[in-house]
Amino acid sequence: MKSAHKKPTVVNTFRRDYQLWIMIFPAIVVIFIFNYIPMYGIQLAFRDYDFSKGLTGGAWRGLFYFRQFFDSYMFADLMKNTIAISLATVILSFPAPIILALLINQVRWKRAKKTLQTTVYLPHFISIVVMVGLLNVLLSPNSGVIGHILSSIGLGDINLLGSTKTFVPVYVLSEIWQHCGWNSIIYLAALSTVDPQLYDSSKIDGASRWQTIKHVDIPALIPTIIILFVLSMGNVLSTGFEKVFLMQNALNLPVSEVIATYVYKIGIISNQFSYSAAIGLFNTVINFIFLYAMNLVARKSSDISLW
Amino acid sequence: MQLINQKGKKLTDVLFDAVVYAVCLLIFLSIVYPLYFVIIASVSDSTLVSTGQVTIFPKNISFFGYSEIFKDSRIWTGYGNTLLYTVLGTAVNLLFTLPAAYVLSRQEFRARRFLMLTFVITLFFNGGLIPTYLLMKDLHMTNTMWVFIFPFCVNVYNLIIARSFFENSIPKELFEAASMDGCTHFKFFLKVALPLSKAVVSVIGLYYLVAHWNDFFTGLIYIRSNNLQPLQIVLRDILLSNQVFSQGAGAGGSAGGYAQQYADQVKYGVIIVSTLPILIVYPFIQKYFDKGVMIGSVKG
Repeated sequence: MKSAHKKPTVVNTFRRDYQLWIMIFPAIVVIFIFNYIPMYGIQLAFRDYDFSKGLTGGAWRGLFYFRQFFDSYMFADLMKNTIAISLATVILSFPAPIILALLINQVRWKRAKKTLQTTVYLPHFISIVVMVGLLNVLLSPNSGVIGHILSSIGLGDINLLGSTKTFVPVYVLSEIWQHCGWNSIIYLAALSTVDPQLYDSSKIDGASRWQTIKHVDIPALIPTIIILFVLSMGNVLSTGFEKVFLMQNALNLPVSEVIATYVYKIGIISNQFSYSAAIGLFNTVINFIFLYAMNLVARKSSDISLW
Repeated sequence: MQLINQKGKKLTDVLFDAVVYAVCLLIFLSIVYPLYFVIIASVSDSTLVSTGQVTIFPKNISFFGYSEIFKDSRIWTGYGNTLLYTVLGTAVNLLFTLPAAYVLSRQEFRARRFLMLTFVITLFFNGGLIPTYLLMKDLHMTNTMWVFIFPFCVNVYNLIIARSFFENSIPKELFEAASMDGCTHFKFFLKVALPLSKAVVSVIGLYYLVAHWNDFFTGLIYIRSNNLQPLQIVLRDILLSNQVFSQGAGAGGSAGGYAQQYADQVKYGVIIVSTLPILIVYPFIQKYFDKGVMIGSVKG
């Protein structure tokens, strides 16, 4: 009887929960090795990498590699390109799924709605390589179908993938084409939880369809919108390395070289590990500042926040 | 004054519907047409395609592109590798993620809050590319198939989805009752929790599966040997670097416009062949999407 009231000690709870520990142990090991050890390895940005001494053994260099980056001729361009691509992506591709969800929600004909949903989700499952391959064959100035359409309306012979002016629009529009549908799922889920009585009562009040969207649907989406917006701001500078990298060519390089692709080239291709790690760390810090700031704004303005 | 038609609907609402359906049709076509075009272009005469004469129906049907693809050994090696990495990788993902999610859903597990926090932190912080790359090198994982399977085999988003599901749909009383009868956590997880969670298992299984199938980054960074490259790297060589034919005949301008034409046809075919598996399973998995998001959006 007495033992039941005894405060559980570490040993006691371990004896009781050892099976739980066994079940979670593999996950702990994996997270520790592949997520936490690289975080420890961030010191590399402040040291000289030395092959014989491993991840954290080289001589201490302080902020040397950061200064080298800030002073480099690439710095201004990299910052400009990274921010331009990320902000254009966030600003244009964030509202798209919201609008799409509101639109799909208005479709009353069940079969049409189902077909539309199935279709708009589909491009999300196309791999990035195939997506960029698609862009290449469809936008090719002399043989692509979009090139033909453009020249038939008199805008012909623009190399959409090889121009510094069209790189960002093509990047952003294709992002929307590929992911807008998939990202609308979460808003559709939020809309499906709206109390039907609200629709009935707005109808009785004589609200038009448009007014119902404005006063019932959109307010229902606000919490979801804010949370997703804060999360997307956190990624503002780590915009898809893979897609930018694959879309790069000699012609668009002046606007398509971003921090992430530069880190890859300097680090993995030319083995300047410390310099590259410093640039990568700089990127992470900026990301976090963005996330923190947006979270603060969201919390102040709406009481909704990540933490 | 309100304009009312015979069905009792306001005219403005009828107009509204018309606009909605028109815009939806436009969206539908803008997604379906490019995909449809790739299909017809892959089986049409490539000269007609490149001069813009193939628009709605395939013309002068030819399977030259496909016969080239079937002869190309790189594609089949890549296919085989990706298949292996996907199957093995997804199995390991689920094996590591599901038990952990179950444990984190148990209220009585005292380390739960702390462990959850250490897992969630990794969503916002990471070591970055270079320290991770050097770690893989130190672990001798570069240029092995294991780099596709073990690193990051626990995805924290999927872990949270599974945890919320276990928490909300496996009542606490169920384990209490079972443990009275001498049921251990191992047994309860395998015999009760998992069979009740088929929905969430299939949803996160699907997420993992698609991620493995489309993984390009791992091959790019960590694999040097051609025999280990996944399909996506092979696709990049063919679609973007223009290394269309194994023999290299069509690679440059050496063979002239003739090879370039066929190169395009091969590209259309490659897009189809590499996306086919997903297009085949898509109708079967599609019904799980909404369910998956609903599970994931449950606050935890």
